[in-house]
Amino acid sequence: MEEYKPVPLTDDPIFMTFRNNGVSPALECRGLSKAYGAGRVLLASLDFTLDPGEFVAIMGDSGVGKSTLLNLIAGLDQADSGEVLIDGTAISSLDDNAATRLRRQKLGFVFQAFHVLPHLTLVQNVALPLLLNDTPPARALDLLEAVGLGGRGDDFPRQLSGGELQRVAIARALVHRPTLILADEPTGNLDPETAHEVLSLFRAEIKANGAAAIMVTHSMAAAASADRILILSEHGLHATQPSQSAGEHQ
Amino acid sequence: MSGRATAPSRRIAGGRLLARWLLGAEWRSHPARAIVAIATIALGVALGYAVQLINSAAFNEFSAAAKSLSGEADLQVRGAQPTFDENWYPRLATTPGVALASPVLDLDVTVPGQTAALKVLGIDVFRASRITPELIGVPSGQRPLDTLSDDAIFLSPAAQQWLHVAPGEHVALLSGTSIIRFRVAGGLVRTRPGQRVAVMDIAAAQWRFGLEGKLSRIDLQLQRGVDRERFKRELQERLGNQLVVAETRDDESRTDRLSRAYRINMNVLALVALFTGAFLVFSTQALAVVRRRAQFAMLRVLGYTRGQLLRQILMEGALLGVLGSALGLALGYALSSIALRFFGSDLGGGYFPGVQPRVSFEPVASTIFLALGIGVSVLGSLVPALEAARARPAAALKAGSEEGALARLATPWPAVICLAVAGILALLPPIFDVPILGYLSVALLLVGGIALMPRCTAIVFTALSQWHAKRRTRAVTTLALARLANAPGQASIAMGGVLSSFALIVAMAIMVASFRVSVDEWLTHLLSADLYVRVAANGDTASLSPGEQTAIAATPGIGHAAFTRTSHLTLDPARPAVALLARDIDATDPGAAMQMTGPVLPPSTLQDGETPIWVSEAMVDLYRYRLGQRLKLSIGAQGGTFVVAGVWRDYARQTGAIQLRLPDYRRLTGDTGATDAAITVDRGASVEGVIANLRKLPFGAAMQFAEPGDIRARTLTIFDRSFAVTYLLEAVAIVIGLFGVAATFSAQTLARAREFGMLRHVGVTRRQVLAILAAEAGMLTALGIAVGFVLGWAISLILVFVVNPQSFHWSMSMHIPWHVVSTVALVMLISSCATAVVAGRKAVSLDAVRAVKEDW
Repeated sequence: MEEYKPVPLTDDPIFMTFRNNGVSPALECRGLSKAYGAGRVLLASLDFTLDPGEFVAIMGDSGVGKSTLLNLIAGLDQADSGEVLIDGTAISSLDDNAATRLRRQKLGFVFQAFHVLPHLTLVQNVALPLLLNDTPPARALDLLEAVGLGGRGDDFPRQLSGGELQRVAIARALVHRPTLILADEPTGNLDPETAHEVLSLFRAEIKANGAAAIMVTHSMAAAASADRILILSEHGLHATQPSQSAGEHQ
Repeated sequence: MSGRATAPSRRIAGGRLLARWLLGAEWRSHPARAIVAIATIALGVALGYAVQLINSAAFNEFSAAAKSLSGEADLQVRGAQPTFDENWYPRLATTPGVALASPVLDLDVTVPGQTAALKVLGIDVFRASRITPELIGVPSGQRPLDTLSDDAIFLSPAAQQWLHVAPGEHVALLSGTSIIRFRVAGGLVRTRPGQRVAVMDIAAAQWRFGLEGKLSRIDLQLQRGVDRERFKRELQERLGNQLVVAETRDDESRTDRLSRAYRINMNVLALVALFTGAFLVFSTQALAVVRRRAQFAMLRVLGYTRGQLLRQILMEGALLGVLGSALGLALGYALSSIALRFFGSDLGGGYFPGVQPRVSFEPVASTIFLALGIGVSVLGSLVPALEAARARPAAALKAGSEEGALARLATPWPAVICLAVAGILALLPPIFDVPILGYLSVALLLVGGIALMPRCTAIVFTALSQWHAKRRTRAVTTLALARLANAPGQASIAMGGVLSSFALIVAMAIMVASFRVSVDEWLTHLLSADLYVRVAANGDTASLSPGEQTAIAATPGIGHAAFTRTSHLTLDPARPAVALLARDIDATDPGAAMQMTGPVLPPSTLQDGETPIWVSEAMVDLYRYRLGQRLKLSIGAQGGTFVVAGVWRDYARQTGAIQLRLPDYRRLTGDTGATDAAITVDRGASVEGVIANLRKLPFGAAMQFAEPGDIRARTLTIFDRSFAVTYLLEAVAIVIGLFGVAATFSAQTLARAREFGMLRHVGVTRRQVLAILAAEAGMLTALGIAVGFVLGWAISLILVFVVNPQSFHWSMSMHIPWHVVSTVALVMLISSCATAVVAGRKAVSLDAVRAVKEDW
């Protein structure tokens, strides 16, 4: 396993195309395959590219491999074959420590169950990625302000509602200016009205911060807030158009 | 785009700050658990450190006092027996290379009415003033020649205080059966605090104590430039085995060997509490890791490396250890100061009489105990930390993955390896006369047994659950059994402390009971006479002359009087002297007089001129004596060939003892005195009547009488007192074990609030939830007690058959004190169930709806 060094893929034609435009893709999946147990194929030769600043929703039936895809992208699981490139770096070529360092610098996460540390204050929770990157934690307060929780930095998670907790998670995902945000059912635990608010905020913030984002969701309404929607099925990943409601979200 | 990732202009030590935040959050959220863990470590360290400080202070003071008696001597020439002919003195004084020779008569003098002897040194003041200047008497200005006076004695301040006498007053001492009085002429130049010693002129001492022409030792100062080692070797060759050439460092070695096993055993015992505490730290940390599993997984997802996570958990454990150890050192210091002030330096073993040690800060011991406390805490955290670092973040983020965190605990191989190594270590000999490998074997047995617990729990409760499933029984039992069978890791963690403390209490109880019953049987065998008479309960100046022995034997009411002469023999100057007991022994049936441990050599196998001796088990261990072995011993002026005719059990003298027939002793030494008499009373005569008759003898006042029942009772009282500290330390280990149960059950129960909330939703009553908890705790503790008993029994085998013989050089037979074991088991069972229910009340008191809500 090699150490993580963000080296450009100079011999890659896709990279060269982007380089000619002055940008490289935020995420690129090439021929990604993953099977579990006795030949239960979840993902088969998946190809997928995400442009910088692009917000994509991935939908699909339960058990089709949406969360597995996110885990593979994050380097939390190993693909059987294929490659994941984050900002030009093949994550599968990195050892665990290098993959972890890449994750801490380039990725942000939003979970369905929020996963906010219960015994840290809100500002401490948001500042976690900054500290992991040895960065002063001051920006955490700005992000809390941005997600509408200004002045509540010293509160503890137990004092917050579900929607507020997800705002904290969004702030945490964005605070260190990641390249890519991975969101797994971010509104799965929220009521429709709160979900709508959170999604609007999520979209606004990722756009404001220039991050790309992948959101896995079962909710068509949630998916409609994305720039494009991909459907994951046993036949692979297929594009579909955001519904009319997407426009309303946007 | 890569430039979009944070590229700070100013970098900070974010990892350190995050580590502080995480630690602070954990301790803020669960302060009680941190406090219990710290208190446990503190208690363990405090007990170990206090015992170490007390023993060390006592040993150092005792050693310094012994050393002060040798002064500036380069070498000491001693007799193999307590005294030797003074004609050796001029020969040694004129030996080339000797600058100065100072003769000394060193006596432990019996003091009427006192339980301990007084050390009296007879010295040549002119010579001793150059070798032991601190031990010179300081006469009053009016009587400057008292140092040479035959009725004057100089007492150290501690001796004056002990005997309640002041200069000018008189002190009574025993010589033979006669009381002789000395005038206290003053004090000594300088002695150690608490050191009881008296000094007088050597010629006066020889005369007054009936040892004319006898010396105990000759202190030598060598001329400059003389090679001490070579001189010593050549002198020893010239002197033969009648005299022993020793160095002053041998004094220290003797003192060390005398009490080493006792001190090490006490220290190990004191560390049991720390050992039990390690399991508490382990269970606290393991459950904390299980509880925080998803939090750690989230941190890993955000970019926390495995190494960072491992360091964080180990750092949290180490910090518990640092705080606990620092507190423990302070507590230990205070405890030792209090113990020395109020109870003296004797922790029950009786190894350090007559010293007044003071506790002093010991940097090395402090560092060791600090490291032990931290090490135990870090070790307790290591397995949970490794597991947390190994966990796959994606899987760990999912609810219900907690048992997976403990899956590795059920791997039986480490446990089996521990048990196998323990078995091998138990068979190995001691190191430096100390059963280090035996103790290591005990520790590995405990670790192995505890590591097997998850597997045992799974096997036993899976079988029970399957058996139970075929029967139509209550939901409570079904639920309790299902958890124990399917989450054995979590269940077993709670049992670590219980298992270790119960196993240790069983082991100690079996060992102590085996020892006590064996001592009792030994006493019964030993005390076959109706009455025991003694003139020298302590010291070596009192004895019965042949005429006095005849008078005793002829006293009305006495059927038979068997006399014993007790003395000692130095075989190795670096080891304590061996007791020499000359008494009536039937060589064809020595078992009638002593408890033999194996076959005996019949007298017919002896050749002419050979003398049979019977040696204690310690002689076999320490001097490698074997049945039938022929050897030369310096008993009497001529010595002779002695044959080991049997090995006997002796619980009184761990440094070794030799018995021989009284006529043989008298023939060889010409010493016709006796120190003890075992009296068989005539039929029809009463013991009280015989005592009254003996008291009427002219020397009746000098004799002490004891009936077998009194001796037995007194011996067992001393035995129980010497184990009192053991019981105390064991009790602390049990309390820590129960603390562990309380802390672990409490943590587990609160962590299961959501599960209980769900059960309440589906109609399980609060009472039923509590019943589930009680059933789980009861069944688990019962299994823990069963496994603990087996483990304790196995450990007791090592204590009885390995540690004790290697430490004290005596064997014993096994006895299991069922009533003690079952009482402790019952107490632990009830305590565990009660703890689980008390902890459960808090969990079920939560609102059922709130409890099932995701608390992230």
